[in-house]
Amino acid sequence: MNALVTDSSMTSAEAETQVERELLLRVDNVSLSFGGVKAITDISFDIQKGEIRAIIGPNGAGKTSMLNVINGFYHPQEGTITWQGKVRRKMKPYEAASQGIARTFQNVALFKGMTTLDNIMSGRSLKMHKNFFWQLLWRGPAEQEEIEHRRKVEDIIDFLEIQAIRKTPVGRLPYGLQKRVELGRALAMEPELLLLDEPMAGMNLEEKEDMSRFILDVNQEFGTTIALIEHDMGVVMDLSDRVVVLDYGKKIADGPPEEVQANQAVIDAYLGVSH
Amino acid sequence: MLYDIFIDPFVQMYEMPDFFLQVLWEGFVAGILYALIALGFVLIFKASGVFNFAQGIMVVFAGLTLVGLHENGVPAYLALILTIGVMGVLAYGVERVVMRPLVNQPDIILLMATIGLTYFLIGFGEFVFGGEPKQMITEELGLPTGSTAFEFGERGLVILQHIDIAAAVIAVIMVAALGIFFNKTRIGRALRAVADDHQAALSVGISLNQIWAIVWFAAGLVALATGIMWGARSDVSFALEIVAFKALPVLILGGFTSIPGAIVGGLIIGFGEKIGELYWGGLVGGGIESWLAYIIALIFLLFRPQGLFGERIIERV
Repeated sequence: MNALVTDSSMTSAEAETQVERELLLRVDNVSLSFGGVKAITDISFDIQKGEIRAIIGPNGAGKTSMLNVINGFYHPQEGTITWQGKVRRKMKPYEAASQGIARTFQNVALFKGMTTLDNIMSGRSLKMHKNFFWQLLWRGPAEQEEIEHRRKVEDIIDFLEIQAIRKTPVGRLPYGLQKRVELGRALAMEPELLLLDEPMAGMNLEEKEDMSRFILDVNQEFGTTIALIEHDMGVVMDLSDRVVVLDYGKKIADGPPEEVQANQAVIDAYLGVSH
Repeated sequence: MLYDIFIDPFVQMYEMPDFFLQVLWEGFVAGILYALIALGFVLIFKASGVFNFAQGIMVVFAGLTLVGLHENGVPAYLALILTIGVMGVLAYGVERVVMRPLVNQPDIILLMATIGLTYFLIGFGEFVFGGEPKQMITEELGLPTGSTAFEFGERGLVILQHIDIAAAVIAVIMVAALGIFFNKTRIGRALRAVADDHQAALSVGISLNQIWAIVWFAAGLVALATGIMWGARSDVSFALEIVAFKALPVLILGGFTSIPGAIVGGLIIGFGEKIGELYWGGLVGGGIESWLAYIIALIFLLFRPQGLFGERIIERV
């Protein structure tokens, strides 16, 4: 069935744009299980440079597990990950981060006791290099570096329109703003690939629109490749260039949004049919 | 009886203010030393959620290394630098051998590991430096000795040991330095980030291993300072390790995650036990100093289970 879907989705125009774009990441035959529970079974798909790629599927389909595999929190038992042309069995979180993969989390993983500014600054950890010794002294080079990066962070704050909450501990912010700060922290890493795990969960319509706009801007202005998990189909259809659909840890469809939407297997997975 | 408990001690305080002041000073100094030990616990607990049972023995080990090196002919200041180096190696080793393989294990397992580390350090310390108490090399390190007596009131006298004053000053400098480091630098920010959320810290590329090595090193430095100060007041011996557990009531008072809490908690315990011992201890035959701290902590627990400055326990439902 897999083959059928991908074949039928390849219109000639689609095929052309796919050739044009460079491959950023590819996962091949990845399987992941926890003890006897299979979270992901033999999934392959790719992410092209500059696109917005959506991963959708019913609850428990393995979407977040997939993101965790990509940024190295989980190590798959089988399969390979090809990142910027290099094949590897598994990523380490530190490696993934230093090679340009940033992410946000489904249920907001911010440093709650720290201010918005510090949270976003922490996203620049990998870009700052002055060593422990200078850090201890704090004055001089380390301070210089701090100021330099602070400027970048201020740009992000302006971009996300969160100037007013710069010094607020993020634990005190409403949920929608926390999500925005989390996006800011990921952006501060200047990532090649940005993984967004349900960036709009729990938001009202207005907040969703704002967030959609930010995601599109990030994609278009900075050219950042984005992979996002989202449940709101309207958002997915509007934002994404291509969609991969998972169900029970298996891939059931892959292609541009309109085609996926019309796919019978996808409709079945969402509405539920007797197997 | 009631008079002895509720009135007489205060009358004494009033009638002999110089003695009371002396007691307060003693309490203050003891409190600062407790606070320093507690600070070592807090650093590691904040960053890794590990209750480091070995903090007490680290104090002894640092002190022993310093004195031991000096006894073998190493000049005092060089010995100090070498000891700092040894604490660095220890931190790196602990991260490599204990923390890294046990990451993500339940807290109780990590606690057991630090208990193991305690006994390793006791054995290793005795093996290298012998088990006898040693004299701290106070003068050689340029720390002041002697004392100054202040007249107070008409015939009163308050005596301040210089080493105690130095201890207080060094503790303040240390806490201030740690405060700046935590708040103003990248590594400090990373430390706080790790303390807040491991997963999120990993996702922005903070290396947990590096951070853990750094906090253990920082705790080692605090242990060294404590070892020097405490050693100067008595001896450097393994008995200090027991005293280090006075940090427990301090932590219960101050909260396991708060640096200001460690300081305030230390001072409360220090004042509390000295005043308690000297004014009320006589009623039960003295010697209440060794357990009064725990009683104070228990009473506190009833009212503020998270400690004075601890993170508030909020469960979101």
